[in-house]
Amino acid sequence: MTTTTTHAPARFDQLDYLESEAIHSIREVVGELERPVILFSGGKDSVVLLHLAAKAFWPGRVPFPVLHVDTGHNFEEVLAFRDRTVERLGVRLEVASVQDYIDDGRLVERPDGTRNPLQTQPLLDAIAEHRFDAVFGGARRDEEKARAKERVVSLRDAFGAWDPRNQRPELWSIYNPRHRPGEHVRVFPLSNWTELDVWRYIEREGIELPPLYYAHERDVFARDGMWLAVTPYSLPRPGEEVVRRRVRYRTVGDASCTGAVLSDAATTAEVIVEVASTTLTERGATRADDRLSEAAMEDRKKEGYF
Amino acid sequence: MAALDAVLEPTRTTSLLRLATAGSVDDGKSTLVGRLLHDSKNVLADQLDALERLSAERGLDGADLALLTDGLRAEREQGITIDVAYRYFSTGSRSFVLADCPGHVQYTRNTVTGASTADAILVLVDARKGVLDQTRRHLAVAALLRVPHVVVVVNKVDLVDFDEGVYRRVAEEVAELAAALGIEHVRTVPTSALAGDNVVDRSDRTPWYDGPSLLELLEELPPSQTVLEEAFRFPVQQVIRPQSAAREERYREYRGYAGRVSSGVARPGTEVVVLPSGVRTRIAAVDTPDGELDAAETGRSVTLRLADEVDVTRGDVIATAADAPRPVDTAEAMLCWLAEVPLRGGQRVLLKHGSATVQAIVTQLEGRLDLDDLTLHPASAFDLNDIGRVSLRLARPLPLEDYRRSRSGGAFVLIDPVSGGTLAAGMAREPGRSGGIEWEI
Repeated sequence: MTTTTTHAPARFDQLDYLESEAIHSIREVVGELERPVILFSGGKDSVVLLHLAAKAFWPGRVPFPVLHVDTGHNFEEVLAFRDRTVERLGVRLEVASVQDYIDDGRLVERPDGTRNPLQTQPLLDAIAEHRFDAVFGGARRDEEKARAKERVVSLRDAFGAWDPRNQRPELWSIYNPRHRPGEHVRVFPLSNWTELDVWRYIEREGIELPPLYYAHERDVFARDGMWLAVTPYSLPRPGEEVVRRRVRYRTVGDASCTGAVLSDAATTAEVIVEVASTTLTERGATRADDRLSEAAMEDRKKEGYF
Repeated sequence: MAALDAVLEPTRTTSLLRLATAGSVDDGKSTLVGRLLHDSKNVLADQLDALERLSAERGLDGADLALLTDGLRAEREQGITIDVAYRYFSTGSRSFVLADCPGHVQYTRNTVTGASTADAILVLVDARKGVLDQTRRHLAVAALLRVPHVVVVVNKVDLVDFDEGVYRRVAEEVAELAAALGIEHVRTVPTSALAGDNVVDRSDRTPWYDGPSLLELLEELPPSQTVLEEAFRFPVQQVIRPQSAAREERYREYRGYAGRVSSGVARPGTEVVVLPSGVRTRIAAVDTPDGELDAAETGRSVTLRLADEVDVTRGDVIATAADAPRPVDTAEAMLCWLAEVPLRGGQRVLLKHGSATVQAIVTQLEGRLDLDDLTLHPASAFDLNDIGRVSLRLARPLPLEDYRRSRSGGAFVLIDPVSGGTLAAGMAREPGRSGGIEWEI
């Protein structure tokens, strides 16, 4: 790849490069495989991913469905946003429900109440049931150390497992999504984006996000150094005082383990300023599930997690 | 809003530079990368906390910067780096994507992977040890893949008491090797990644070195190529024909060819030829969802409309008619063999070039590169990490170009038809080309 920006700095900038690279990977994998799907949670990375897929196939529709692995602990406004978005783009929504698995006993609620690690089983079952062979996700390498080792196109074996010690070399921008029957690939078009790139792109493209990404008043309580919202799935324990604060979310996941940050950033522009000056990573600030251990993400990924 | 402009400005004007690192075991590469991230203020508070906690748990005196990049459980346990890790950092003037390539076991595989997308490669040398076999290999890969900028980091100068003579000897050795490999410009920087000398800030302990620190050097690297002078090439990825799936009624009859400009510039009105069929037409429009463009530079994903109704499918290449490459069904190429199973003459593979995948046979192994004398020697097989020259026969013609003239036009991968695994990185070479270094691609 060449540093093309030198010739027309104002015209093909860093965001253009990242957008073009992402669209290229999406078109390439869809060109090679039969049954792609995009993981769509309503979180900002998956929203940007879906936006890029829509651009990749413009003026046609995105020619494959989106899949939401619903923990059952989602914020109402995120679900409403999800439904509105798929409706607007004319794509089909598939939902894999963690709640169903808990209800019929296939999964058991964890003592700590967090459901993020419980998503792996419904995800792998949905992939098998629909015979999805290319699963697009919005994960970025800058999020986490295990993810820093990911390829853009990453092989999963018949058990959905990732083997970080035996990854395919990814050469030039030639993607190789071929695999044996029963295996599939995970594809991460946003691999080279940082959190700030994502926000700058949201600003530039005027992309709509669920409202909880922006500062709002909410009843919260402090736990493990994070502000958790009071919801039916995350209730304060004795001794945890509920207070009303102006907060926003840097990541949107399971309400039981995703924390808010104190913020006055009410617009995308203000969020960019905030993110540019932050001193904590987004997962460090807001994800209890990643604090379990140094290798929490690696362990989950090896089992087939996002 | 002034504050917003200040944070948006960098993405509008800065370039993205892709870096790869290559080093041998224990030459301090992870520490160097950690130091680059840390001293350029790209490590956030919670990462630093975690680092200090981990280092303390291991009974280390200070924060071990190598732990910033070694993320996998096995890496932490064994104190080694297993796989290519990607890191992101930025300074006031540039953003960097860094592919950190470990230097052992699958060293060539990892280095080739990192180097294939790199604008610049950092090769680490331990000042005490000088040029090792692995250094020769890393520089050979940099030469072979034609990485535009090669920087040799002579690390651990603190362990040779910041001795100028030691540094000069290593730098001279590096320069000789680079010349033998056909690398035109190689820069060297004396550093101590552990102590921070000349990584981000210039050191006062190397008064005999008046060059830039490593980061300063990376910020100032000139653009790698004048892309406007390259011939236009466009591998077609998708035929966009929405019909009833059109987002708007007026696009029902739309027909465009989606892809990413792999070299040169796409402009409306350009006379083009569709390869391999050879049909000629003209670019009618360069479309994006945000509107038509007057020009699409190398690297941009767009959708082309053509002036005539011609037969174009995924895998075709649209190229300027004036200097279109000739599709070939036999080729010579250099290979980096990346699979555990050896390559033998007569092997059947899939070859992917641009967006096209064809069946191919490696008809003959022409020779394996010996890193000691830098010449090709006869070989009956290529093993993991071997570099060598082969002849290929393709089931249908592809517009393979000489990799020396065009990285994107000459690059291909070989794929195992059964497992789908990636077997080799390939660089096409103009058949019968003479002159230059014998093994050079």
